[in-house]
Parts: sequence; structure tokens; C-alpha cells
Amino acid sequence: MKILIIAEHDNQALKQSTHHTVSAARHLGEEIDVLVMGSQCQKVVEKARALPQVKKVLAADDAVYEHQLAENGAALVAEIGKHYDYVITGATTSGKNLLPRVAALLDVAMIGDVTEIVSADTFARPIYAGNAMATVQATDNIKLLSIRTTAFPAVKEGSADAAVEKISQAIANNLSRFESQSLTKSERPELTSARVIVSGGRGLKSAENFKLLEELADRLGAAVGASRAAVDAGFAPNDYQVGQTGKVVAPDLYIAIGISGAIQHLAGMKDSKIIVAINNDAEAPIFQIADYGLVGDLFKILPEMVQELDKVHA
Amino acid sequence: MKILVSVKRVVDYKAVIRVKSDGSGVETTNVKMSMNPFDEIAVEEAVRLKEKGAATEIIAVSIGGDSCQETLRTALAMGADRAILVKTDVEVQPLAAAKILAALTNQESADLVILGKQAIDSDNNQTGQMLAALLDRPQGTFASKVELHDNGLSVTREIDGGLETLFLNLPAVVTTDLRLNEPRYISLPNIVKAKTKPLTTVTAESLNVDLAPRVKTVKVSAPQKRGAGVRLESVADLINRLKQAQVI
Repeated sequence: MKILIIAEHDNQALKQSTHHTVSAARHLGEEIDVLVMGSQCQKVVEKARALPQVKKVLAADDAVYEHQLAENGAALVAEIGKHYDYVITGATTSGKNLLPRVAALLDVAMIGDVTEIVSADTFARPIYAGNAMATVQATDNIKLLSIRTTAFPAVKEGSADAAVEKISQAIANNLSRFESQSLTKSERPELTSARVIVSGGRGLKSAENFKLLEELADRLGAAVGASRAAVDAGFAPNDYQVGQTGKVVAPDLYIAIGISGAIQHLAGMKDSKIIVAINNDAEAPIFQIADYGLVGDLFKILPEMVQELDKVHA
Repeated sequence: MKILVSVKRVVDYKAVIRVKSDGSGVETTNVKMSMNPFDEIAVEEAVRLKEKGAATEIIAVSIGGDSCQETLRTALAMGADRAILVKTDVEVQPLAAAKILAALTNQESADLVILGKQAIDSDNNQTGQMLAALLDRPQGTFASKVELHDNGLSVTREIDGGLETLFLNLPAVVTTDLRLNEPRYISLPNIVKAKTKPLTTVTAESLNVDLAPRVKTVKVSAPQKRGAGVRLESVADLINRLKQAQVI
């Protein structure tokens, strides 16, 4: 079984989602190649060579792929992918943007958000915001999958011993062009790979108060997340959103503060190992799935937690 | 500029999801159905473009059984000019839906197609991208802002690390994210008016599209339940327990 994984990166660093994707691919076969499509992305190619079990890194390093736009990117992936049994990406916004376009070019189906590999052609994936699980069987010769990264542990990089093959085909994009990007800068771990997440909801009442969360997050080495309600209210940027339509996370510890627990939000975090809920409404649905609940005023509890943690570490 | 929007009839986002006891799917009889929320945003965006004078006509399309007429009437009440029901009783998967929409887009010479980024039933998030590929058009997925210019669109997209803005040449395909707009409340006069707007029905077969499912559903099951834990009285107790669990 020949497997092609599309690396996720920003031309500088290889994203963790790729490590999770490789981990899932290992359930399907041993012949794994990784495509790094970008511009001036030699560093990423080197990193990809160190992914375990990867035989070959295909390096499509050309200015036309700088922003990895779907229009020419999918054309290249389809061109290369037709020689494989599987083409796999992480179920991230970049994988979700690219892979369906590849599927249509190859006239095959795509199976998204795979959480379990049942057999070579059968996969489980959540539907209805995780309120049901579907087990589905792919019938096309080439199987296109996007992997729910939280469902598969990340592989560790070893030594950079995979071979490198240069892809010289530069497909121009005459349909779209990159204009600008505004990325949230943060010293904290990324939401999707953080071990601990501190997440805030509408209960925080303002963007100003969201800083209280950050104080707690700093002491726990945690990433900061938010509910849709908090993002819609402008308390936090959109890429903080955890939920069905935001990021799906499964950290060791998820602390939900001032979050009532709409189905939409639960869909994005219910696979966390330990869930803590802090809310002044004892009836909030979040308590139904929380391992530990504290009912009370978060503006009193938060500073107290910070104090307690400072005691522990003092 | 002509705009085509696709609208899917799905189980209402507030309805409780029950898996059928035979594992064949999710119960949809006697369950409240409504327009997929992302598609509502798509219709709203099209109507706003028309109100700004940027669009001349909005055509709403739905694929499914007769009951989808209700969803189309909602789109008409929001401001779409006419509607097309592509009638079929079989399950239409994303690739087949994209082929149907591609055929209609060509037939109608629509310059812009706006779709929800995903339907909240199957959660696939594929049809828009597939449609763009089939039509060889640029795609602006997960849009949170759309600005029309002389020869194209500026689309701001919600991506994992923040936001990205792309310029798409027209004709194009856009899929909507939650923050693109807030769909309007439908007034009674507009509901009445929608009843007289044209709604035509075509069969999927008449579009010469291969609808054969490429993915077989083996079973649908309820997710593992997570039990409620314990209520704690103090922050100190919480911190202690988290330490014991070795997560902090």
C-alpha cells in the first residue's frame, strides 16, 4: 500500500498535525512518502525526512507554491497522488481546503475527520457534531483521508534518513492570489497540540477579563481557548475557538471557565482526558461531562487558583 | 452578476440527535428540520450583495426530496429571486452534489456560487471545494469577509492560525464561515411574497450526473458517553486532585 501524506507547514516549520497524520498512516501501510509543497522550504524538508517510517520526501519547492493555495496545489497533489493508494492530510483548515479539491480532480470520494482506522478501506468519523459516529467504507481505488489529529498520538522525529526527491513541476495559479495574512502571535503552545488548555466563555464578560485566563494559562504552560459565544462577543480572536466549527482538541487537562457547554462547544473538547468546569450556574450542561466542577463566581475562583498554583510552585 | 446559492435541509441544530436502533443512521422522522445554518449565511451574503447592487439575480438550489421545497421557500423569503429543486430520493454524497451544482452553475451561467462550508449533519466540508475543482474556478473557503471588486473578490478566510485574505478572479466559489454575517429575520410579508416566486423542479437524472455513492455507511452508532464527575467545594481541593492526576 503506497501512502502519500501532505505535510503541513509554513515554509519554516513542520506543523505537529503532520506528526499525527503519519501516526494514523502507519495503521495503513509501511510505504509512506511525504509531499512538502512550498517555497524556500528546505528546513521543512529536512524535518520531514526525520519522520519515522517515511521512505521518501517529495520536495516541490517553487515560488508558485509559496502560499500553498488550493488552486494549483490541488492540481499538483492530484498529479502526484494518482500513483498512490492513499492521500492523507490532517483535518486542519489547510487539509480541509485542499483535499476535497484533489478528490474532485481525481473523481474519487474523500473521507474527512477520520478518528479510527478500522481496516484498509473502513474508517470511523464523527457526524452531527460528534453526536453520532459513522463507520464508512470507501469504494474508490485511491482513498483520500483527512485525519482528526487528536485521535492519533504524534510520532516523534528520529534521524533525517528519508530520501529526497525533487518535484520540478511548477503549476502556475491563474485563478487566485494571496493578499495578506494576520496570524495571532502567541508565546503559548498551540491549541491543537497543548497538554493543558484554559478556555473561556461568555461568563468572562469582556476582552479585558480574558487576560485573567492568560495569567492562569501562564502558570500551567497552557494554551488559551474560547467558546464560540466568547469569540462572537469579541472577547477572543476567532482562531481561539474550540468546537464543532472551530478547533477540535483533546488535551490532558481542559479547564472550561464561564462556558455553559453548548453542544457545539462540547463537540470540540469532550475527548479531553480531564475536564474541569467552573461556572456560576450549577445547571450549566458543561457540568454533565466535567470530571471536576466548581460552582461559583469565576472572578473570585480564578485569582484563587493563580494564588494556589503560586504556592505550589513557590 | 448572477449568484447561485445551495441550501441543504438538515436536522435543526437545536434538535436532539438520536441514533436509530438498527445502526443504519440518525432518526429524522418527527424531528424538526431546517436550513443548514451555514447555508443561511450563504443566502444572506448573496442577498446583501444584491442589495448593494453588485448582483442581479440570486438562484437558490436544493438537492433532495419534495420536503426541500420548504427550505427553498425560506431562501426565497430571505431574498433569493427563484429556486430550483433537484429532486432525488437517493443519498447524495459531496462529489455527486458538487457535480449537480456544477451542471446547474454552467446551465445558469452563474458568476459566483456561495455555499455553507459544511452541513451540520454529515459534517463533510467538501462540496464547495469539489465544485470549484469541477468548474476550474478559484475557491474562497471558510469566508469571514467578502468584498467585491471590479474583476474579482477579496475573501478573508478563517484559518487555524488566524486570518488569510485571498483575491479570487471571477467566476468563483465561496464557502461561508460563521462570522461572515448574521442572517436576517424573515418577515411575514416576505414569507407571503416567497410563495409567488418561481420554484422549478428538475430531476437529478436530467442533469446527466453520476449519483452512485462512493462511500458506503457500514453503521452509525451513538458516541461513548462521558459521565459527570464530582462537584468540589474549594479551589485547594481542585488543585490537589489535579496534582494527584499528574496533569499539573
